Amino acid sequence: MSAADELTGELAPPMANGEVLFEAPWQGRVFGMARALAEAGVYDWDEFRAHLIDEIAAWDRDPAGEYRYYDHFLRALERLLLAKGLIGADGLGERVSAFAARPHGHDH
Amino acid sequence: MSEQDWRAIRAEAIESLLVERGLLDPADVDRVIETYNDRVGPMNGARMVARAWCDPDFKARLLADGTAAMAEFDFGGAQTEKLVVVENTPDTHNVVVCTLCSCYPWAVLGLPPRWYKDPAYRSRIVREPRRVLAEFGLVLDDDVRVRVWDSSAEVRYLVLPRRPADADGLDEAALAQRVTRDAMIGVAQP
Repeated sequence: MSAADELTGELAPPMANGEVLFEAPWQGRVFGMARALAEAGVYDWDEFRAHLIDEIAAWDRDPAGEYRYYDHFLRALERLLLAKGLIGADGLGERVSAFAARPHGHDH
Repeated sequence: MSEQDWRAIRAEAIESLLVERGLLDPADVDRVIETYNDRVGPMNGARMVARAWCDPDFKARLLADGTAAMAEFDFGGAQTEKLVVVENTPDTHNVVVCTLCSCYPWAVLGLPPRWYKDPAYRSRIVREPRRVLAEFGLVLDDDVRVRVWDSSAEVRYLVLPRRPADADGLDEAALAQRVTRDAMIGVAQP
């Protein structure tokens, strides 16, 4: 699916003031997960924020490619969950491989 | 497989593991997205601004303690951070940024626009605010002081814009329609 299809098709991301906030559904899921886990007390929002600041600061120091905010957001969440032992690196790798191996059409 | 798909898969894998471990309810994720994106939006902030324009007592309360003044509305959603409202005047213009990441008054403005999170805005609005504001189409007179407020984990800022000169006779609800998200960040005037 192209980016244009995502903007106009059934997966159209939420809009506010006519502006796209999430460019792809996964960005909304990542944002929603990070907040929901903090609200449930799994971690303090400040812990997540510290990881996000680290991720963004690393890019600021050495910009590589286009700045993609939700890439940093995703990595910050992943690193925090791994650091707290809430998910395991091996388990995550296996799950990613399993999902990636699904037939095309189930990969969004 | 595109890079975009790869990130979507990673996000989905994380979510599925968290759900399996009983740490996360997917419905909560839906609720967060809906809360911050669809339901909250910038309209909550606009209602507060419009009331401040109409009600001097409320305006005084809003500027004295934004968090407490916000509680006078039934916005729902959690605002755990302190909300500080800064007022634009004929000689001072306020603009908000988060230089470190993306801190933003979600409870009253919804989710931040893309440019708010970009490195260019985060660094340049501090260094050369007048020039950045001009790029947004907001040209300030030389004698207007610009104050840049850096949001943090503890404090979120909201700009109280100046009431439009041509808004006489409008009621509070109509005024709220005039208040834009960008005006409450401080990069526009209503």
